Amino acid sequence: MIQGTISRISGPVVTAEGMRGSKMYDVVNVGTLDLPGEIIRLEGDWAVVQVYEDTTGLSIGEPVKNTEQPLSVELGPGLISSIFDGVQRPLPELAKKSGSFISRGISAPGIPREREWDFEPAIEEGAPVSAGVVIGSVREYHFTHQILVPPGVSGTVKKIRKGRFKVTDVVCELDSGVGLTMLQRWPVRKGRPYVRKLDPSIPLITGQRIFDCLFPLTKGGTAMIPGGFGTGKTVSEQTLAKWADAQVIIYIGCGERGNEMTEVLSEFPELVDPRTGLPLIQRTILIANTSNMPVAAREASIYTGITMAEYYRDMGYDVALMADSTSRWGEALREVSGRLEEMPGEEGYPAYLATRLAAFYERAGRVICLGPDGRTGSVTIVGAVSPPGGDFSEPITQNTLRIAGTFWALDTNLAYRRHFPSVNWIKSYSLYLDSVEEWFSEKMAGNWRELRNKTMYLLQKEVELQEIVQLVGPDALPESEKAILEVTRMIREDFLQQSAYSDTDSFCPLDKQFWMLSTIVAYYEAAEEAMDRGVSLKQISSLPLKAEIARMKEIGDVGQIRELAEKVRAQIAALEVER
Amino acid sequence: MAPVSLIDREFRTVSYVSGPLIFVERPKGVSFGETARITLPDGEVRNGQVLDVSRELAVVQVYEGTSGVDNKATSVRFTGQSPCIDVSIDMLGRVFSGVGRPRDGRPEILPEDTVDISGMPINPYARDKPSDFIQTGMSAIDGLNTLVRGQKLPIFSGSGLPANKLAAQIARQARVLGREESFAVVFVAMGITHKEASYFMNEFERTGALERVVFFQNLADDPTIERIATPRCALSVAEFLAYTHHLHVLVILTDMTNYCEALREVSTAREEVPGRRGYPGYMYTDLASIYERAGRIKGTTGSITQIPILTMPDDDITHPVPDLTGYITEGQIVLSRDLYRRGADPPIDVLPCLSRLMNLGIGPGKTREDHRNLADQLYASYAYGRDLRRLVAIVGEEALTELDKVYLSFADDFEKKFVTQGSANRTIEETLTIGWDLLAKLPEDELKRIKLEYIQKYHPTHRAG
Repeated sequence: MIQGTISRISGPVVTAEGMRGSKMYDVVNVGTLDLPGEIIRLEGDWAVVQVYEDTTGLSIGEPVKNTEQPLSVELGPGLISSIFDGVQRPLPELAKKSGSFISRGISAPGIPREREWDFEPAIEEGAPVSAGVVIGSVREYHFTHQILVPPGVSGTVKKIRKGRFKVTDVVCELDSGVGLTMLQRWPVRKGRPYVRKLDPSIPLITGQRIFDCLFPLTKGGTAMIPGGFGTGKTVSEQTLAKWADAQVIIYIGCGERGNEMTEVLSEFPELVDPRTGLPLIQRTILIANTSNMPVAAREASIYTGITMAEYYRDMGYDVALMADSTSRWGEALREVSGRLEEMPGEEGYPAYLATRLAAFYERAGRVICLGPDGRTGSVTIVGAVSPPGGDFSEPITQNTLRIAGTFWALDTNLAYRRHFPSVNWIKSYSLYLDSVEEWFSEKMAGNWRELRNKTMYLLQKEVELQEIVQLVGPDALPESEKAILEVTRMIREDFLQQSAYSDTDSFCPLDKQFWMLSTIVAYYEAAEEAMDRGVSLKQISSLPLKAEIARMKEIGDVGQIRELAEKVRAQIAALEVER
Repeated sequence: MAPVSLIDREFRTVSYVSGPLIFVERPKGVSFGETARITLPDGEVRNGQVLDVSRELAVVQVYEGTSGVDNKATSVRFTGQSPCIDVSIDMLGRVFSGVGRPRDGRPEILPEDTVDISGMPINPYARDKPSDFIQTGMSAIDGLNTLVRGQKLPIFSGSGLPANKLAAQIARQARVLGREESFAVVFVAMGITHKEASYFMNEFERTGALERVVFFQNLADDPTIERIATPRCALSVAEFLAYTHHLHVLVILTDMTNYCEALREVSTAREEVPGRRGYPGYMYTDLASIYERAGRIKGTTGSITQIPILTMPDDDITHPVPDLTGYITEGQIVLSRDLYRRGADPPIDVLPCLSRLMNLGIGPGKTREDHRNLADQLYASYAYGRDLRRLVAIVGEEALTELDKVYLSFADDFEKKFVTQGSANRTIEETLTIGWDLLAKLPEDELKRIKLEYIQKYHPTHRAG
């Protein structure tokens, strides 16, 4: 074992000497308290270590022991509904050991060792197996947790057992003498292997109108949500975690508020997944590294999360990962880089920021998993970004923009007027429009793309008209343009606004979204036609339709909204020209 | 840590003094973060803390400043302890310096316990969800940006704006409905003037709250670096009162901008790579280690609610201090110079204000079922009225439609009747009633944010009929 001594301590960064022979990213135990850390630089005899706990009290000369293992997470049944810190220590276990405050030097295994699972074999003795083959499964809440042959292992099954086992028990023996357990370890900084990536073509339905209808995200895609404070990044992330149609959700609270994690913890067991009818917590894994917890563990939390996501992907599930916020992760990089006295890049961030960000987002994707059955799984990443001063020109926003497929720009001014979700429809975009068009036209009645284009055209037109209104007042506009303003107000208030706290509206099924938008566009088209005939805007506006459109959100029955669309058309068409 | 004799741990090897920092050579056996006692040539003793240590050099920040320190006779003794403060329930009603020494001429306290000032992070799993509505008596807060017990809600002020008056009024009026519980206020003054400090003292005295207050004072002419320790000392006392003595503690920190300046001073002296506007890159983490100490813990009855006050330099909300604070705290109350000139009292600009925990503290059983809807509607209508004001400035009021004129006068009334209240202490019922009365001036079908059943139940025209 390589053992050295501490020669310098500067915040979370410790330098040790006598560490020759160590590898980059080896995990080390620092000092007499055995604080966990990771080697991030080697210089001759010296190793620079980032320490995952507070370093107060460490002295020069204390030992540093190299475990010669990379930072890894434990994977196996028992992850779902757990809450971990950034290096996969379960927080309830820490609370048992050290009370309400987290003290130092405590360790606890990521996966409970005592719990027993009903293992159901899926293959027979004598069968040849290789990496990714399903050897059996256990029930983890409602879904089937597949037990896979880990990457790098193959052989013929000599013995397979059925019954109740702990995660560390051998359930399958190979003729090579290898014993497979339900527990695997995987180094977090290395992506798990797959056969190949597929193009993302299936939208990730979120139940949020502005996301699904205007700026869709795909399964296996990446999205970023940048916004100044108070624009609703966290609420958006939480809403997505609640309603996105993925089978597993990984929620990473990276350098954010403690009370927010508490909210998720207390809400998710009570909320019900609209698709399965089961509590949301039964598909969620939480990783909490709040802003006052050690900064180096914040850097690791993102990798811990994505590795777990890949593990469930490999079973053939759709996984969505929410990272709130990637800016805090970037700041952790910056802080450590500063302590290493590296030459700073833009705004003090290290020059490798862009590479690290890209490497993280590229671990998303829809893939064909290892194994002979060709099953597919996906990891979708939604990263929140917190630009200082709400200024999108800062490095993390800009570097993420180059990678992310969907850009949901949150707008402070919309947030000020309580227009939520405060997604700016002019600035935002989705690069997946073409990829998902086919899916939409198969599943939805009518032409989604045409409807979307029409909506975007009107919203764009509104911006131009508003500029004119600012100069000359609304009275100067011709009737047809006033009609556009009236309709875009409907789109904004009655369609795009969606309350995350309303019982009926926080989740909006796709067909309801489609009919709501159709109704508003029908209003515009009918009005346009009527005005061509000579009907005045005032006549149209005085119909009692607008109030009905405004209440669409609260209607649960899609049939009623469809009828409303018909009614809108019929009533406006029936208007006669006033002489 | 291996035991080291005292002789070994006293050094006369100060080589370099820069700003608030001294550099001690060959600091054998010194550990990171421990405190140091620095004895000056004239016998004066000061306190410091180790910021960086290697075989060759230890960097020590001196809380009382480095004037008079030399690099020949000054001696530094390392204590082997991280910075601690003595705490006791008897601290209520007392005034302390920024590092917790009595400042009111009365004797030292008899400590019940000694605690580490940096505190330990609360396990997110052990936190209890904040849910008790605090009635501050201020409509703009209670009605639109509700404060909840265990929350951290800062006030963003500008120089010359009456943030102190607002903070004092909140401290005086704040109570949880339907319950009488023991509370305490920990008041932390950082770099404020003597006049401001005595304003708060007089306020507390006048209202008889003084015996429930622990007062930490680091005034403008006190050593700057002491400010780094002041909020941590105060929050340690607050935690002790909350979690050992089960009090509900309101912590008022003023002025966080001064704290951040002290942080910048230390960072500059250490020659660190500066972040925005010269503030250190780790300021977010550092501020979080203060703000995140608010909250409630499962299984205890006490709580810590924080109201930090900060001055936005040049009223700029994107300045690093308000910006990073806003990213950590659970909302913000923003004061506006424009409203102050228009005579609003308190001059709270509700548009940029926010309380993230509002939904946990309102609704049936807490305030009233229509509270959320009413707040959303007031916001939307006021925001629209404010937009029109800009339009009117260009095209004149005649160019507006009839409906827009109604909105315009709604915005004026909102500022005059809802936000402005002077020293009145309004109940939540009064606040909601004022809100409904204002909305009654708008046509009923404009109230899209409010559920029909609430309109039927609470709208003045329906109530009257």
